[in-house]
Amino acid sequence: MIDFTEEQIERYSRHIILPEVGGEGQSRLLESKVFMIGAGGLGSPVAYYLAAAGVGAIGIADADVVDMSNLQRQIIHNQDRIGMPKVESARETIQALNPDVKVNTYNYRITEENVREIIREYDLVIDGCDNFPTRFLINDACFFEKKTLVSGAMFRFEGQVVTFKPHADAKGPCYRCLYPEPPPAGLVPSCSEAGILGALAGAVGTIQAVEAIKELLDIGESLSGRLMIFDALRMEWKKLKLHKDPGCPLCGENPSLTELVTYEEVCEIRAAGQ
Amino acid sequence: MSITVRIPTPLRKLTDGADEVAVEAANVGEMVDNLEAAHPGLKERLCDDAGEIRRFVNVYVNDEDVRFLQGKGTELKDGDQVSIVPAIAGG
Repeated sequence: MIDFTEEQIERYSRHIILPEVGGEGQSRLLESKVFMIGAGGLGSPVAYYLAAAGVGAIGIADADVVDMSNLQRQIIHNQDRIGMPKVESARETIQALNPDVKVNTYNYRITEENVREIIREYDLVIDGCDNFPTRFLINDACFFEKKTLVSGAMFRFEGQVVTFKPHADAKGPCYRCLYPEPPPAGLVPSCSEAGILGALAGAVGTIQAVEAIKELLDIGESLSGRLMIFDALRMEWKKLKLHKDPGCPLCGENPSLTELVTYEEVCEIRAAGQ
Repeated sequence: MSITVRIPTPLRKLTDGADEVAVEAANVGEMVDNLEAAHPGLKERLCDDAGEIRRFVNVYVNDEDVRFLQGKGTELKDGDQVSIVPAIAGG
């Protein structure tokens, strides 16, 4: 366990007094490393809460720059940062909130060439990206590198959150068990075409942050094997059962995928959240 | 069997905005056909050319995925709640 400074004891006191966290759990958070794909709608609340919680290192990958149309939901950025790389903007916000957190920025696209090496040095991965090819890429990379993946997605007024950790949960599915194939190009409208309720990103991203912290602390019940869906119009959360698919091409009994493939060929659409 | 079907946002334009519709059906296949009769266009969004449920759309009877039950042959009983959950990717 690390030696807390006076300031840390004060900063994290509301965690430390929780029996489920305590000094040991807080120490664990300070020694944890989380990698996030996307510093957008979902990445914003996730990064905020992980930083506030004192997660020791946060890696953030995003190739985009801050745009005015992002600010309706991407609350880690602000108007003064327009044109700035999102990862730099996120770093500034996080460091102003909590200097305990080391921020590693990856201001480029995550690809099959670089993803495995990057996630290898982290304990947990958060998917808050905006397109299907990256979702399949991250899933496959996390499977091969045995990293727990907390995945969030949203569309208009709906959100989905699920944890994938087939390496740790024998009955736990991966993303390909849930959706074996991405939709063909054109069948799902993009976010800029479809719109998205800004505050929905807060609801969904915050659940991802809660789940990530629980996974890091190894407390409570995991969302592995359960898909949490949120319908903001009905104000309804639901948990659906997910099963490991024995025929899954990645984590099934006779996998056909034994290494990362080229994901752009699978699907070229970008399905949201620019 | 009278069941309720939760319609996800992307498909609500086919149900005049309704987020839930009631339908009579004895199994999931019949449910799809009866949904199509009441709301033309829904079947094409749910099923491929061979009539099978698309790989990026999951259909749950209560909280169980029909792919792990009997697929379109999954029986329905009065009061069942069916949820249609398409893959979404926004972040």
